Amino acid sequence: MSDFTTDKKAGHGEHYVRPFESEEIAFEELQDAAPSARFKLSVSGWIGAIIVSFWVFIGVFGPFLAPYHENDLPFPDDYSEYQAPKEGAFLGTDVEDRDVMSRIMYGAGRTIGIAFAGTVLAYFLGVVLGIGAAVAGPWVDMIVSRINDAFISLPTIMLGLVVVTAVGSSIPVLIVTAGLIYMTIVYRLARAIGMEIMVMDYVEAAKVRGEGIWWIVTKEIWPNAAMPLISDFGLRLIYVILFISSLSFLGMGVQPPQADWGLMVRENLGAFQTYGASLLPVVAPALAIATLTVGINLIVDDISAHAGGKLTKAM
Amino acid sequence: MLSLIVQRLLIGVVTVFAVSLIIFICTQWLPGDAAEIRLGQSATEANKAALRAELGLDKPLAVQYMNWATNFLQGDLGKSLAGDRSISESIGDRYQSTVTVSVLTAAIGIPLSLFLGIMAAMFPSTLYDRILTFVSVSLVAVPDFFTATLMVLIFVFAWDAVFGFQLANVVVIGNTQDMGVFELVGHYALPIATLCFVIASQVIRMTRAAVLNVMSSPYIEMAILKGVPRKRIILRHALLNAIGPIVNVIALNLAYLVSGVVVIEVYFAYNGLATFMVQGVQQRDFILVQSIGMLFCATYVILMLIADIASIVSNPRLRHPK
Repeated sequence: MSDFTTDKKAGHGEHYVRPFESEEIAFEELQDAAPSARFKLSVSGWIGAIIVSFWVFIGVFGPFLAPYHENDLPFPDDYSEYQAPKEGAFLGTDVEDRDVMSRIMYGAGRTIGIAFAGTVLAYFLGVVLGIGAAVAGPWVDMIVSRINDAFISLPTIMLGLVVVTAVGSSIPVLIVTAGLIYMTIVYRLARAIGMEIMVMDYVEAAKVRGEGIWWIVTKEIWPNAAMPLISDFGLRLIYVILFISSLSFLGMGVQPPQADWGLMVRENLGAFQTYGASLLPVVAPALAIATLTVGINLIVDDISAHAGGKLTKAM
Repeated sequence: MLSLIVQRLLIGVVTVFAVSLIIFICTQWLPGDAAEIRLGQSATEANKAALRAELGLDKPLAVQYMNWATNFLQGDLGKSLAGDRSISESIGDRYQSTVTVSVLTAAIGIPLSLFLGIMAAMFPSTLYDRILTFVSVSLVAVPDFFTATLMVLIFVFAWDAVFGFQLANVVVIGNTQDMGVFELVGHYALPIATLCFVIASQVIRMTRAAVLNVMSSPYIEMAILKGVPRKRIILRHALLNAIGPIVNVIALNLAYLVSGVVVIEVYFAYNGLATFMVQGVQQRDFILVQSIGMLFCATYVILMLIADIASIVSNPRLRHPK
């Protein structure tokens, strides 16, 4: 227990919160400071970080590095679908004889970008409403929460399909749809954390001191709610990636001929029933999404262990 | 306890009501209206107006909602906009294949994953437990169509390479009438295998976590100190108190099996309820969308209600709230 120190005099403001240490101690010692201990990745966390950095790099620079444009034919003289990997197309070609590797490189930015923007939006709306409901008192809280419950009980994919069909699919629409749908879950988390903090002694003290509501939210609640919320961000990002790529898979997300990983899987499903076809056009994009999300998951595991394993329980 | 259950029932009814409002309003959003879709674009205004009056679409929204809701409660789902067939009729066979796949998946997947999860909790931190945890955590994070691809690669292509024949068809089509249980499992082998993996990853994780969570409580410590064997502690003492969260995650997964499997249905090209709803959305057949949406929601609410009641009944602390 001796290295569980919060002794700020001892040096560089360095204090540890050890993962899985009992929560009471953690709260006792760090009453009005956010648990801002230095955080180290484990081996699996590093593997995750490397995979995710790789995909982010491809996402940003993919279109410049790709050997072909996403809709170009690598072998215009020799048109045949589902060609096996060979020189000039390392992952083979797809149903329309386009280069699979180039399409994956073009699709990376779209898949990651849309999901990331959607998650940020979900967080912004969810946190504002959730902490708002926690602060505003029982009546507002009850009304907003019941509406929220109703939305949560609808299958996300169905809700997404209805919205996207109603407004027409485009990248901004996908971002807003994902943001609004996943807002409901962020709201629930932010509200629960906000409620927990609202009954803490230091908030009572601030109220008694006569601090305004804005001061309490920004100076007391937010610093304490930020850490658990940020640790949940990665998990939510995974679900949004799965959501967006499922929509694309169903033909309601990113529209052809643009490349997107989910869409690529759907476009090339025919490879399973074509004799002698290369299976890579289906396997490669599916594997791309799987490695990306599992990579994020490995980092999330580390972060939530760091946050005291509280989050994994809350899920 | 009875008052608690009544309270849960009331909350369920309120949720269904709220959802029905949301679905009704959301579907009003879909572009085009029933008369236009039925009659096509060449119809005259007068024709459209006549049909609108016949369908009751000229009345205020609140009246339309009341009509729809009362009809729905009486089991009359209305007529599909695409044709004159009544929706209950056309849902029939779709419903059958969805229910078949869900029931078979649940019957195979849930006992298996409960067993695996309890085994993992019995031997925590062993190699078995670590592999199982890693696989189930990874499977939660991958898209359904990745798991499906994996199943196809294993049971169709790898199987073909090793044994010289394909274990299952990639495309699930054909008449399923007069099939026995085993024939049905064979027919839907790939969707069932995929869905088993999807739900198993969640149920295993939750079972393990719930049992281990109870294992740290004082009364278990007491049992350990008394010298009760570990197997008996888990099966007799821990499992009963872990039932709440386990039933909850099972209910969530059952709801997913009914409403969330659209990707799997499209992947293996069989027609279930979820695909039907997607088609309805694409054809702007909002009456169909409303009906199936309500069916999904009612399934979800009923399953959650059962889970709630099961955890109240199984846990004395919830039975007598302070």
